[in-house]
Formats: sequence, structure tokens, C-alpha cells
Amino acid sequence: MTMKITVTQERTNKTEIISFKGKTVKELLGQLKINSETVLVIRNSEVITEDETLADKDQLKLLSVVSGG
Amino acid sequence: MNCLQCDQKSVMVLQHGSLCKIHFINYFEDKVFKTISKYNLIDKNDKLCVAASGGKDSLTVLYLTKKYLEFRNIPMDTLFALAIDEGIEHYRAKTLVDLRQFCEEYRITLHIIEAKQEFNYTLDEAFPIINKGTKKKPCNICGVWRRYLLNKYARKYGATKVITGHNLDDEAQAIMMNMFKANTDLAAHLGPITGVQEHKLFAQRVKPLYFCTEKETRLYALLKEFQVEFIECPYSNQGLRSYIQTMLNDAEQNYKGIKQGIINSFLAILPLLKERATEEREEVMACTQCQEPAHQEICNACKIKNGLAAV
Repeated sequence: MTMKITVTQERTNKTEIISFKGKTVKELLGQLKINSETVLVIRNSEVITEDETLADKDQLKLLSVVSGG
Repeated sequence: MNCLQCDQKSVMVLQHGSLCKIHFINYFEDKVFKTISKYNLIDKNDKLCVAASGGKDSLTVLYLTKKYLEFRNIPMDTLFALAIDEGIEHYRAKTLVDLRQFCEEYRITLHIIEAKQEFNYTLDEAFPIINKGTKKKPCNICGVWRRYLLNKYARKYGATKVITGHNLDDEAQAIMMNMFKANTDLAAHLGPITGVQEHKLFAQRVKPLYFCTEKETRLYALLKEFQVEFIECPYSNQGLRSYIQTMLNDAEQNYKGIKQGIINSFLAILPLLKERATEEREEVMACTQCQEPAHQEICNACKIKNGLAAV
């Protein structure tokens, strides 16, 4: 099943709706070509780890780990 | 995945297991306090200057230094924060807003030093002029200015130590940069305590977050609800550091523990590097123009100043 996941990236301050056929945060980051070392993933104001399973219509925020300076 | 110490949901997967919010905060603080104790980074007689920018690393190290002083019953008037405003438009002024707010909330004295006041130029103004003649990158100028002003004003305000927010990622990057450029003498200045020799013109720099990764530090700042807005320095992608940062993050994603491995290997050889650097060290002199420390007749900050004055 294809899920629709809303992803907001702190670094670019952009929000996109992603079509996602996988299951976990790790797979989503892989699809987006984002290195998991560089972000914290937030769902409903809580930090979730890479093994967490995603659900259709989940809204995620990716906080940048790497300093801007 | 659940916390290895309780049933709560984990917020961070570490090499040896996962931790929930409470156990992660305990783990992080314990690691920082152990680093301070092991390397004797803070002594009860020290007057401490925390080099602060308003980013996640400096707010975290400022908060934990204060907490450590409370824990050890060391009077709080030994602590102050010092920020350098290099003069980078749309960047530094914003991070200083967070820093001012933080220092007010935690009742920490804050001094802000402006490069413009000291050198008559902001970094934005100085960079194109210096770059034209020398091809220097903005980070080269910024680094010289920041080190100069931090050392000068930390000493001016009576500090015996300068505490910086350098984390494990920063250090691993610096080690690789020095290795790639064969700067073994500079590498000897790295480690939890910066520098090869003690000197009256230098305030010793120490790094309590030495064993904390950038990701751990960002998570700690988030869980403690420190106000940290992500703002990117307009010059941040112009240096070798940025390239190495990406390289190490790619390696870490595929081979967990790479960055820690770099640090551990480095610490094993650091005593040898320091020994060699001590034998071959250049005498520290006072700059003939400003009387700040220099390895040549004129310090690097004054060379930049002279370059700007010649325009």
C-alpha cells in the first residue's frame, strides 16, 4: 500500500507530501536520500527512532542535527 | 524500540542499546560530567568563560557547566558567557537573540564582543577585500578573529579557562582535516584540553562535550527545550570541514562507531604528538602591534587588520 507522509524539513523550511511504499522511518529517509546521522525525526511532538513504523497521513518534522555555523 | 533500562519508548539508538528520554538525559549528563572529572576540565579555583554563540552546542555546554558548578557547590560568580559577533548578516544577530534570552533565564552574565568594534570591519565587509589578495576563505578569517577575541576578552574578564561547545563530530572533523593536510603540529593542539603548553597570554580552552556526538547534543538541547533556531551561516559550505563532515556522516551511517573510533585512535597517539610538539615548539611571543600571543612578530589578526588598512 502506498502511504502519504507529510514531511517538513527544518533546514529548508519546506513541507512536502511524500508517496511512500515502505514501512519504517529508516526506509523513508533512504527514499529521501537523507543521512540519518544528520536529522532527528519528530512525529506528534515526539522524537522517534529509525525502526519506528510509519502510518498513512503521518506528519513528520526533520530537525537538522548539523550546526548551521 | 524500547529503552534498555525501562519499558518506555526510546528516543535514541546508541551503539550498545536504546534509551528513553529520561535515561538519555541521564546518560548524556553523566558522560559530560565524567569528561570534566577525568580530564580535570574545571577546578574549583577556576574563573570560567563559556564561549557562546546561541547554538545547540554552546547552550548545552553553558547549561551543563552551570549544573556542574551547582553539583560541586562551586559559586556561580565564577561563570560568565562570552559571545563574538563577527558581523555576518542574517545570521549572528539571530543566534544572539536566543543566547541573550537563555542567559537571562539562567542568570548568567553575558559579554558580547563585536568584530566591527575591534577591527573596524564586519566579516561581510572584510572577506571580499582579504579574499582578493590572498584567496582566504571566510572561515579562515572568522577562525582567526574568533580565537583572537575569545582569548583576549576571556583574559580581560579574568577567566582562567575558556569552555567551548566542541563536540565529538567537530573534533573528528578537525582530526581528519589535520591528517589530510599533514598538519601534525596543529593536531597536537586538539584533545579535551586545547594547546600544548600553558602560557600567561593564553586562557586554556577545554571541551566538556568532547565525547558527545552532534546528534546526541541536538537531541539533548531539544529534550531540555532550549530555544535553538536553525539558521545556516551563509559561508558554511565553503570549507574543507563541510566536505569532511559529509564524508564522516556517510561513513557513520554505514559503519556505526566510526567517529568514536577516530577519537579513540587519536587520543591514543595524542601524548606522542604533544611530546613532539613540545620539543619542537616555537616560542610564544607577544605581537608587536597588539601584545596578544603570536608565533611570529605580528599575530594573524593584526596581519588581517594590516591587509584591510592597506586598501
